Amino acid sequence: MAITKIPVGEAIEVLVNWIEGNFGVLLDLFSDATDYMISGLNDTLLLFPPIVFALIIGIAAYFIGKKDLKLAIGSTVGLLLIENMGLWVLSMETISLVITSASLALIIAIPLGIVSAKNEFAYHVIKPLLDLMQTMPSFVYLIPAVIFFGLGNVPGLVATIVFAMPPAIRLTTLGIQQVPKELAEVADAFGSTPWQKLTKVELPTALPSIMAGVNQCIMLSLSMVVIAAMIGARGLGYQVLIGIQRVDIGQGFEAGLGIVIIAIILDRFTQHLTPK
Amino acid sequence: MLTGDFNIKSEKKIEVRNLTKIFGKKPKKALSLIETGSSKSEIFERTGQNVGLYNVSFDIYEGEIFVIMGLSGSGKSTLLRCINRLIDPTDGHILLDGDDVATASSEELREMRRNKMGMVFQNFALIPHRTVLDNVAYGLEIQGMSKEERDAKGKEAIETVGLKGYEDSKTSQLSGGMQQRVGLARALATDPDVLLMDEAFSALDPLIRSEMQDELLALEDKMQKTIVFVSHDLDEALKLGDRIMIMNDGKIAQIGTAEDILTEPADDYVSRFVAGVDRTKIFTAEAVMKRAEPVVSINSGPKVALQLMREHGISSIFVVNREKHVEGIIKVDDALKGSKEGKGLRDIMSDDVTTIHPDTPLNELIPIIENSSPLAVARDDGKLIGIIVRGSVLGALAIEEV
Repeated sequence: MAITKIPVGEAIEVLVNWIEGNFGVLLDLFSDATDYMISGLNDTLLLFPPIVFALIIGIAAYFIGKKDLKLAIGSTVGLLLIENMGLWVLSMETISLVITSASLALIIAIPLGIVSAKNEFAYHVIKPLLDLMQTMPSFVYLIPAVIFFGLGNVPGLVATIVFAMPPAIRLTTLGIQQVPKELAEVADAFGSTPWQKLTKVELPTALPSIMAGVNQCIMLSLSMVVIAAMIGARGLGYQVLIGIQRVDIGQGFEAGLGIVIIAIILDRFTQHLTPK
Repeated sequence: MLTGDFNIKSEKKIEVRNLTKIFGKKPKKALSLIETGSSKSEIFERTGQNVGLYNVSFDIYEGEIFVIMGLSGSGKSTLLRCINRLIDPTDGHILLDGDDVATASSEELREMRRNKMGMVFQNFALIPHRTVLDNVAYGLEIQGMSKEERDAKGKEAIETVGLKGYEDSKTSQLSGGMQQRVGLARALATDPDVLLMDEAFSALDPLIRSEMQDELLALEDKMQKTIVFVSHDLDEALKLGDRIMIMNDGKIAQIGTAEDILTEPADDYVSRFVAGVDRTKIFTAEAVMKRAEPVVSINSGPKVALQLMREHGISSIFVVNREKHVEGIIKVDDALKGSKEGKGLRDIMSDDVTTIHPDTPLNELIPIIENSSPLAVARDDGKLIGIIVRGSVLGALAIEEV
């Protein structure tokens, strides 16, 4: 006797179609707004001639990295190499996508992390969702993103946000939960309001953990932005995809190298901004 | 329960009435069992709820240092945290200047915490990434005081605890003792009437702890705050407490002055508590002995012994050899007789000498010292390091007990 298949896939399909049918206007609005943000940022980045941009980043690296000359020179040389490989415009597109999606992911993730640290019920709801989001193969996010937003940067951005949020939520929650009990008691014992307790004691104490989450979020955004090239997101990922399709090792490798350079710069910057 | 006659004539600052704290998810059932008089273990067996505080009532007077003592798990920290409601009591009342903390709204409670109560924590609990001054001014900052004003008050508090010059230091750069001074300054900065101190000195090493205790007493002389001090250390309690409350298993075992508790322990628990610390820890032979002077060398004669006894006004003297090992003791009568008859020290001294180790506890000395001849205190190598006479044992007891 054959057991009837439970229609999990069908149910998700119905849900996605229902959202598409009923919230189409909202989705379009979101699509326009984010598209505007990405292209705006991209245009701003392209205003600078590559050599100027590379120098600015180098100087910034020098100060952020507490006079770390190696980081400063490495950043400038790396960016100039990207320009030299003819990948400048694509790289700026990738950076715009990463910054936009990581910012949006953090705007959602940090408050969610705080809520789930403060509220037992929220914690028990959010935790399994995070497990699901992190174990689900990242390609799966691409499908509903395409249905809702078509092909292009916006679905890539949405898939990236979903993919990059979990570690930021988790590390925010963890950071706040790990604030020593006595410190939380200090806040209460001196008569802090819940908001004062959060902003003056808990968040500053949890900051190193939260910043680790920010760093993870940015790194995951970068990796997902590359994958999102499959649904038409622009940038270096697209170049990698073309490299695969044409079995062009040189082109694929160059684009890959560009991604690595951007990744290292973003990683070192966020790490140095974390208070020790 | 035995309440010592307490003769400071002052107002009740904090009144705790029938305070009960039950840890667990079904406190109501346990509460009704307490009302019927079930014991803590019965309640745990029947409901699975853990009773932290069992119907506790007592008063704290204005301007006193009230020490809550007990071993871990006795409920002393829970009780302290009920006073400012860091832990919500399950039942009962805590009146601070007549206002009930237990039933206060969250706004009233916040006002009380801001203006009337300061707290000092066991592990200092300083906020990282804040300077000393910003830590001290925290209580003022959350009241919305301007930066100038709170910095001025913060500096004042820092000076009070002797940390002037460290205002801009990072707290992580300070030693434990200094960190706790910051903790104390933070509690003093808001100028509260009541200081709640939770094992405030327990994390410090003994020398610093003793120093901080002295300073707290000096500060209290000046400021006359009401201090509720939780401690597990009887020495500390005896030193600091105007009155001491000993807790056992969530109940009050005894409330009284140090003297009450030492001389009239209310029950077996208290007497064991007092016995354990008092006699073995503080009073050892070494603590009460006098220096081993004068002594007479075995090679000299009775005339020298008589001369030394006359000079020091004593009636007996120890005889030692060149290594300072005790050979015997000479009484003044024997020495007189010996000097008339021209005998040597060896012939007239008595070798009936009780020698004890410096670590011998006092309670073992008391029966030995009764026969009134002095005791010799010698180290493991036999070298005489001190003498104990009856008077020094009694003297030590008289000083330590008050």
